[in-house]
Amino acid sequence: MAIRVFLIFLLFLSFTNLISALYEDQVGLMDWHQQYIGKVKHAVFHTQKTGRKRVLVSTEENVVASLDLRHGEIFWRHVLGTNDVVDGLDIALGKYVITLSSDGSILRAWNLPDGQMVWESSLQGSKASKSILNIPKNLRADKDDLILALGKGCLHGVSSIDGEVLWRHDFVGESIEISRIIHSADVILVAGFVGSEFYVYELNAKNGELLKNNHAALPYGTFGELLSVSSDILVVLDNTRSNIVTINLKNGEISYKQKQISDLIKDSSGQAVILSSRLPGMFALKVNSHVLVVKMTNEGELVVVDKINNAAAVSNALSISEDQHAFAFVHHGDNKIHLSVKDVNNWNGDLLKESIVIDHQRGNIDKIFINNYVRTDRSHGFRALMVMEDHSLVLVQQGEIVWSREDGLASVVDVTTSELPVEKEGVSVAKVEQNLFEWLKGHVLKLKGTLMIASAEDVAAIQAMRLRSSEKSKMTRDHNGFRKMLIVLTRAGKVFALHTGDGRVIWSILLPTLRKSEVCEHPVGLNIYQWQVPHHHALDENPSVLVVGRCGPSLAAPAVLSFIDAYTGVEVNSLSHDHTVAQVIPLPYTDSTEQRLHLIIDVNQHAYLYPRTPEALDILKHEFSNVYWYSVESDNGVIRGHALKSNCKAVDEYCFDMRDLWSIVFPSESEKIIAAVARKPNEVVHTQAKVMTDYDVTYKYISKNLLFVANAAPKSSGEIGTATPEEAWLVIYIIDTVTGRILHRMTHHGCQGPVRAVFSENWVVYHYFNLRAHRYEISVVEVYDQSRADNKDVWKFVLGMHNLTSPFSSYSRPEVTTKSQSYFFTHSVKTLEVTSTAKGITSKQVLIGTIGDQVLALDKRFLDPRRTLNPSQAEKEDGIIPLTDSLPIISQSYITHSLKVEGLRGIVTVPAKLESTSLVFAYGVDLFFTQIAPSRTYDSLTEDFSYALLLLTIVALIAAIFVTWVLSERKDLQEKWK
Amino acid sequence: MAPTMRFFKSLFLFLFSISPFSFAHSASPGSSEGYTIYGRVKIPSSGANEFILPGKVSNVKVSLNGGQRVTFLRPDGYFSFHNVPAGTHLIEVAALGYFFSPVRVDVSARNPGKIQAALTETRRGLSEFVLEPLKGEQYYEIREPFSIMSIVKSPMGLMMGFMLIVVFLMPKLMENMDPEEMKRAQEEMRNQGVPSLASLLPGAARSN
Repeated sequence: MAIRVFLIFLLFLSFTNLISALYEDQVGLMDWHQQYIGKVKHAVFHTQKTGRKRVLVSTEENVVASLDLRHGEIFWRHVLGTNDVVDGLDIALGKYVITLSSDGSILRAWNLPDGQMVWESSLQGSKASKSILNIPKNLRADKDDLILALGKGCLHGVSSIDGEVLWRHDFVGESIEISRIIHSADVILVAGFVGSEFYVYELNAKNGELLKNNHAALPYGTFGELLSVSSDILVVLDNTRSNIVTINLKNGEISYKQKQISDLIKDSSGQAVILSSRLPGMFALKVNSHVLVVKMTNEGELVVVDKINNAAAVSNALSISEDQHAFAFVHHGDNKIHLSVKDVNNWNGDLLKESIVIDHQRGNIDKIFINNYVRTDRSHGFRALMVMEDHSLVLVQQGEIVWSREDGLASVVDVTTSELPVEKEGVSVAKVEQNLFEWLKGHVLKLKGTLMIASAEDVAAIQAMRLRSSEKSKMTRDHNGFRKMLIVLTRAGKVFALHTGDGRVIWSILLPTLRKSEVCEHPVGLNIYQWQVPHHHALDENPSVLVVGRCGPSLAAPAVLSFIDAYTGVEVNSLSHDHTVAQVIPLPYTDSTEQRLHLIIDVNQHAYLYPRTPEALDILKHEFSNVYWYSVESDNGVIRGHALKSNCKAVDEYCFDMRDLWSIVFPSESEKIIAAVARKPNEVVHTQAKVMTDYDVTYKYISKNLLFVANAAPKSSGEIGTATPEEAWLVIYIIDTVTGRILHRMTHHGCQGPVRAVFSENWVVYHYFNLRAHRYEISVVEVYDQSRADNKDVWKFVLGMHNLTSPFSSYSRPEVTTKSQSYFFTHSVKTLEVTSTAKGITSKQVLIGTIGDQVLALDKRFLDPRRTLNPSQAEKEDGIIPLTDSLPIISQSYITHSLKVEGLRGIVTVPAKLESTSLVFAYGVDLFFTQIAPSRTYDSLTEDFSYALLLLTIVALIAAIFVTWVLSERKDLQEKWK
Repeated sequence: MAPTMRFFKSLFLFLFSISPFSFAHSASPGSSEGYTIYGRVKIPSSGANEFILPGKVSNVKVSLNGGQRVTFLRPDGYFSFHNVPAGTHLIEVAALGYFFSPVRVDVSARNPGKIQAALTETRRGLSEFVLEPLKGEQYYEIREPFSIMSIVKSPMGLMMGFMLIVVFLMPKLMENMDPEEMKRAQEEMRNQGVPSLASLLPGAARSN
């Protein structure tokens, strides 16, 4: 009897088994996904009375999106191709979103509610020109909005119903620089310049016929944009930027006037710019930090209506009723943002005046878009959508921030990680356990889940419970090293710290050194490095990161450095120096406070040491002859190796001259460098040797100084489809960067780039295009050390005759052998990465970012040169997979599962403390983070492990022991009475 | 690798030679810059894949030559690339939940507008430029629905099955045994008493 009871318990137990693959209800348990759109360029509101209120935006990341105006969520979104820059966005027919992109050559219509593309038109043209999208609201014919699209020197009239090009007018022959399109009832005016001559063409809006053309020679050149103030008046600055030129087109006659800016404002020393805000009868002129609002009187005189100090942005005018046009401007003052909405015709009163407190880490306001709504008392209310300096998007209504989006995170430039603070005694924030009932209820729910009898509500409850109980978003370091900070540098010059647990922003800082200033016109952030990683003896220091930037896109621009405390997000120190930055080399040395030594190489062949302390100098002097680096000059086809030479006395003691050690010059007529990939400097390799199936040992050639270079034939270095197989080849090299010795060279005939590669341990995996088969291929090359190959005899080890202890030097002539194999791969690849674990014991997976913006994890065993068509029994036992011509794509091994990392640009892997697990962060327009265990979690229980069931089993077993004991006692007694 | 390459090439040629390729609608002469490739993506409406709404085409992207150009589908599944120069190109379809083979597209320079297409995965020529997914993609492991067989088949189940046999069937077998035989066996067991460690050793067993 007792045994039967026990058996039922066992039956009960067998329902639970350890789970190692991702089930649908585990989504969000270890991963998070964030969707962004990027910095908004154009915004159009759609706030009809019926339906959801939305705002349509296009961004610098080539995203077209529809956002919920109430919460800022994305209704739909499309990420266009990287070359498909959006030039204009508008709404037609009240139901289509029209976008003009690719320099005015592609016109698309998207369905407003769901984002389905309705039609696409290709606009022909031959000359690069400005592209303008204009949907005149007054040119309606037969319920069809006419779309005017200017691109590549051609003006097109397009029907908005089906995208049919109704007419086109080519301006190529006239060689005119078109800068403005003005439309009135039936006539379209196209204005532009040929040199300093001003031309106006009058076209029939119905058929695009040229009605009239006229021109006048201006006695001076022009600067900047031509702005239309009204249907027949245009303003522009002259080339000295000190005069405003007013061009009047009344009655087909061109007349112009000139007015000095100094007449309008006394202090006009700065450079003036006409802002592109469209205001009826007015324009805004920016001089220094002031914005002048200039009104054009009926007599054609210019009158300054207002002078706004510290102005940030001016919106376009918004027509709120028949004769009322409102526009908004914002200016900064005492830590607040002052938003004013005024009537264009009635300057004295304000329609709205609000002060909003906005986090100063968002910086200045870049752009503002306004929209109105009718309040219950029939007065007009306004909401303002503001694009901030850090690329974030903020909606302001009634003096409050309704929602904000951190869209700067759509343009991540570089990523590093930092540890969270150690949990200290007393500061523990451990939750108080819930009462027993709650606890039991939770486990009953879990049990239901495993028995598949849970209802939808139960599943949601289980999900929520898991998220709550996982402690994954705590702000302290955990034992397994899953909780870390991802520190990302964005294009806006803002640094964010994201928590790996749930992806929330811990802190963010808009770096003052990377903000636009007088000395630094176009700062760009380049890289982010771990500057100080305290452990052991410097634990009380906070970790810090180094951000390296440059004051402009060219290499010759001066460098800016910024040091940020990783716990608090405060800029500790910043340096902007006269020297430039061409390369940053983190050295494998740290000083007594665990600050890592960095060398910054400038364009003038000098190396600068950071940190600038005597201690760092001592360390470097000690290791002076051990510092080597290389540089790749893709344009010249040269790779050079460098070393430090001497102190350059001219500057200071932290500056060094460098010398060239070696150089490899590739023949420019047959090879062009298209990719160069080195190993990660912090990669850990666990085993030096590999045991083959026949118990033979081969030694991996593991050197930190290996560089993989891929060269393509000059004719085939472009895109796919431009070269034939006969004129395409790909040459790959593996180069030792200390000696410049070429360890391996291989030619792939009939293949071309783009080459994506990843280098790890002693192998390199690269992806390229095979023109003959017209398929993509992935190849693997493994490098083995032959010089240590004879260390196989055990007796040699016993007698100490092996050469393993002899120092490994790059200068000793390496005897290497390489093995390689190639496989077909279906998809185009955007990026390749490899998993990294703490000790390097766990087998590796290659992470492939595909063209579909998904990340596929491919086991390294598929990329093993030892694979053969028919592996022997021993080889099979060794885990060698039979050779197939193409690599398998197993859909369950997409680590992004059913999500997309739109606009995927890079993948970063970080080891967790737990050996089996690697943390993966993929970034693009979206961000995605997950933990993966390439060999499954062999060193820990899964999150799903039911401790309650374990306890229950133990209790049941103990009870069973007692019951059976009592029963057997009784039986014994009965036996004895017999 | 080389012989296989040659094999593919000949295969392509073979395929192209047997199937009549006429893309009358597939190309238009266009301007001097290039040709237009028209195509259609067809996603089966049968709900084989529960994660993706069948027939939802708004999130499907079609890319030319590894992302050089990206376009989207119209409601009817049609897409087009304009101004494509003559040559051999690659078109890929990215749709969540479906596996599409890339398509090799040859735009002929000699007879303008002639376009040939073949799937690179299956090396099958397309007589009509209609792209269909080769298979659906399941991104999640499927939780096995609760079934008795899965429990019985698991190691735990097998163990339990064995124990059930021992507990419920053995007594039955015992009952069927000859009572004398039983007695003898019991006696034997009593004689042996508690088996000692020594008796378990092979040497000790021999001495018995």
